[in-house]
Amino acid sequence: MSNLNANRIGGMEENIAAQAGGKFIDAPLAKALVPLAERMPQIVGLTADLGRVTDMFPFRDAFPDRYFNVGMAEQNLIAVSAGLARTGKIAFCTTFGTFASRRAYDFVAICAAHSQLDVKVIAAKPGLTNSYGATHQPIEDTALMRMIPGLTVIDPCDALEYMQVVEAAALTPGSFYIRALRGRVPVVLPEGYRFRLGRAALLRQAGDVGIISTGLMTGKALSVADRLAGEGVGVAVLHVPTIKPLDTEALVEFAQAHPRLVVAENHRDSGGLISLVAETLCDHNLARRFLKVGLADTFADCGSEDYLESRFGLDEAAVERAVRAALEMRGAACQ
Amino acid sequence: MDKGEGYIGQALGMSDLLAALYFSEMRYDPANPEWADRDRFLMSTGHYASALWAVLAEAGVLDPAELPTYGLNGSRLQMTTLDTVPGCEIVGGSLGQGLGVAVGVALGLRLDGRRSRVFVELSDGELQEGATWEAAMSGSTFHLDNLVAFVDCNGIQADGEIVVDIEPVASKWRAFGWDTTEIDGNDMAALMAALARARGHDGRPKAIVLRTTSGKGIPSLENRERKHFLRIHDNEWAALSAELDANANV
Repeated sequence: MSNLNANRIGGMEENIAAQAGGKFIDAPLAKALVPLAERMPQIVGLTADLGRVTDMFPFRDAFPDRYFNVGMAEQNLIAVSAGLARTGKIAFCTTFGTFASRRAYDFVAICAAHSQLDVKVIAAKPGLTNSYGATHQPIEDTALMRMIPGLTVIDPCDALEYMQVVEAAALTPGSFYIRALRGRVPVVLPEGYRFRLGRAALLRQAGDVGIISTGLMTGKALSVADRLAGEGVGVAVLHVPTIKPLDTEALVEFAQAHPRLVVAENHRDSGGLISLVAETLCDHNLARRFLKVGLADTFADCGSEDYLESRFGLDEAAVERAVRAALEMRGAACQ
Repeated sequence: MDKGEGYIGQALGMSDLLAALYFSEMRYDPANPEWADRDRFLMSTGHYASALWAVLAEAGVLDPAELPTYGLNGSRLQMTTLDTVPGCEIVGGSLGQGLGVAVGVALGLRLDGRRSRVFVELSDGELQEGATWEAAMSGSTFHLDNLVAFVDCNGIQADGEIVVDIEPVASKWRAFGWDTTEIDGNDMAALMAALARARGHDGRPKAIVLRTTSGKGIPSLENRERKHFLRIHDNEWAALSAELDANANV
């Protein structure tokens, strides 16, 4: 991590991976942030009346003087966080992704990112992980946030990675937008995985089809890859947790090695990673057709995560269909 | 000003406040604008930047020789307040954001145990931005008595006179839990008295509603129609400057 500021806490190197253990981690934000805040007194926590649901209450209980709840006021959440950052604080502020992006966009851009202040936006319940319906489902936040100059945008894939992302955000100066997982969060990455800011991770190598994925779709991509391996079909998986700054080099290398590509993200099927891959392929004279797994141009329904993923084509079956369709691509379609 | 245009009337209207702040009320070190224990002034209405650049030059933070670059291509003295300029504490101009930022700065300074105070200017037009009231609620909830908001009421906005009713301004701030006074913002004695009163540590943030006159000090600008955004022609400067000088000696 080239721009990691180790001086901030005297070169702390904590291996959060040791905490992973089972297949789930409860309240990963709290498990990452509270120990960090014990060592870094400049960390403060804020929320806009979503402290409980974003796993901030353990921070509140550990550091009541450093915790501020601004109520249902997401624009003010970002502004107050920026003000705190102007006094040298590192402000972790939590709300749902819809409100952090759609409602507070100008505040993230001007109050925080314009001055590269230490505002770390914890944007919970990404994509179709909220059962309430369109008001609570951030389906275009990656697209919006990556347009803000200098803003780091990350979509972690599991609890293990999310905790390491929180650590990286605390240690790296600047404004962050993090698609956040809350509650009982699965672990899909192997123990010993180490998140590196701005770097993609090759999780499955050398396949007949290459999947480029981010966020929660990476877990599904890994499952599909492992299942199809039993059929003798090789599926490579490049996980891209950092949407911005993008690991262009890894994307290009992966695209060169895998003529048949699938791109999957828990987000609209344009504007985010899917568009980034298209842009990167064009920029490097690698343009070709690839298959998309993402939400079409529609608002989704209310309902369970399983229902929503299935109904809107974001489940494992959708990934598998895309991989099988990619296998069938021939000739010009596949370059 | 080579630029010859800008929010000149509003800048003149709030110059009395800036004079009172920078030459009487605020603690700061012109040689060290980043001094940790300084008082902060945040100009939320970034459009009035010309007034801030002028007072920072007068205070010795900026070189007065830089002022004529205001608003010109590539100048750091932009048309709106920008925090890369020494002494400027905010990226202003996206209206409705400054008060919330000021709340955060006041929280941070209090957390650090500093005695520094935070002064923030916002305009009457900004009262139409919902985020202003989000911030007002949080300021009183957090008992920020190190925070003083100046609500500059000059009665004009981009489309003319105030287009959506914001009155009664002072009552609104009181209802939101702020210790509020209302004065003639171009009356120096009243300004000094209000600033003295705002030093109280009673657990409440302070609001000072300033009734100001756009173009103050230059009668022909005070009386000009459509004075939200003024263009001054080359042949007008000498006469306008003479008007200002004449009023300054009153």
